[in-house]
Amino acid sequence: MSTIHGYVRENGTVGIRNHLLIIPSVVCAAHVAEQVSRAVPQSVFIPQQYGCGQVGEDFAQTFRTLAGLGKNPNVGAVLVIGLGCENLTADALAEDIRQTGKPLEWYNIHDQGGTTKSIEHGTQLAKQLQSALRNQIRTEISVDKLVLGLECGGSDATSGMCANPALGVASDLLVREGGSSILTETSEMIGAEHILAKRGVSPDIGEKISRMVLNYERMINGFGCDLRGTQPAPGNIRGGLTTLEEKSLGCILKGGTAEIVDVIQYGEPVRKMGLTLMNSTGDDIDSMIGMAASGAQIIAFTTGGGNPIGTPICPVLKITANRDTAQKMAENIDVYTGEMLEGRTTLEEEGERIFEKILSCCNDEPCAAEILGHREFGIWKLLPTI
Amino acid sequence: MNCILTDNAAFYSATDNVATTVMPIAKGTVIQTPSGILITLLEDIPMNHKFSIRTIEGGGRIRKYGHIIGAATKDITIGSHVHIHNVVSARNGKKS
Repeated sequence: MSTIHGYVRENGTVGIRNHLLIIPSVVCAAHVAEQVSRAVPQSVFIPQQYGCGQVGEDFAQTFRTLAGLGKNPNVGAVLVIGLGCENLTADALAEDIRQTGKPLEWYNIHDQGGTTKSIEHGTQLAKQLQSALRNQIRTEISVDKLVLGLECGGSDATSGMCANPALGVASDLLVREGGSSILTETSEMIGAEHILAKRGVSPDIGEKISRMVLNYERMINGFGCDLRGTQPAPGNIRGGLTTLEEKSLGCILKGGTAEIVDVIQYGEPVRKMGLTLMNSTGDDIDSMIGMAASGAQIIAFTTGGGNPIGTPICPVLKITANRDTAQKMAENIDVYTGEMLEGRTTLEEEGERIFEKILSCCNDEPCAAEILGHREFGIWKLLPTI
Repeated sequence: MNCILTDNAAFYSATDNVATTVMPIAKGTVIQTPSGILITLLEDIPMNHKFSIRTIEGGGRIRKYGHIIGAATKDITIGSHVHIHNVVSARNGKKS
């Protein structure tokens, strides 16, 4: 059994990073949250744009995502900042995250008397929370506590030929050791759902997989749009991908060959060990944030044409099989798997190399996106703000 | 999914009617498929793009990874570049 060195949280989950996370419950508190974060180095804040004027499933999804990020085991302590009149309130968010037992504080700007006092108050709370984090130490943990998010972006034909199936090998290795993986981006399962449905651990899960993909396609058609208008994207086409189905068949290879044990909604906690499917958009930032909210501690991201992005709380390992990309965007790439396409290595060897890189990144080796300061953020919106 | 690499082209399933280049390949190059068929490329094929390894009739299905990835919009001669100029999604985007 492989092991990693992680931070064991109050509820038994294991983090591979030790962040103090500052969450504005509404966009109106985002500036204060950012200023507090600047005053307290090593804290991270979420530049979230919503929290008011949201209804129904859209409100629920935004709440679940923000709460899920606070609960993510890479986060050791949380500061929630609200304004005081929004519908996504700081106290409700704090109450939900507090179930994890981690150190947490919250306040509203209305109660502090303006921007300056709110920043001062927040800075004081953030410094207290940070001193609690300093006492946390890494201990040796078996790898079955790990949840790996699987992502691809800027795909070209090398993604489906090599980078995705190699990541699939790594995902299967993790699942075989009792760990978990999340496969997502529902829009990029269209045309390949019959393969995924057959891999459901039970007929019920198979049916859920088919329904998730069908409902996604119906949602797009309901907008009066044709998904084929955006998929494949122009960069995918330049890279040799011709149709949505071809892209999807390549995308799902990063989920390896494991049985699919569960289907969850965007940002819903992972409930079972093994490979889980999460419903999400194919937008790379939104889907990575969804997986982080579902509990992924690390994300492995394959790219063809190259993509630099990261997340505020999870390291994002970049993997490419495109030699030009590996050279041109060398500073953004963590693992090059393209030697397989030159016949010099096997898919299994490349998969094992990715798995080893995942483990070393878990053990505090920073990935390219972390070194370069990438902390992009987005939530999958289901409805317009009203 | 493992592929067979020969002559700078990747071949997946025996049922496929396209292969994918791993290097740019020039018009006139002869490629041997894993089943031993010799194919002369009728045009330059860019890196990571597809070419036909069988004759495909207009309306016929394009198969890669052993699965359908689209439909031919015209007859495609063996050894041709296969991409958005002669293939569309076989998925009806408007169906419910």
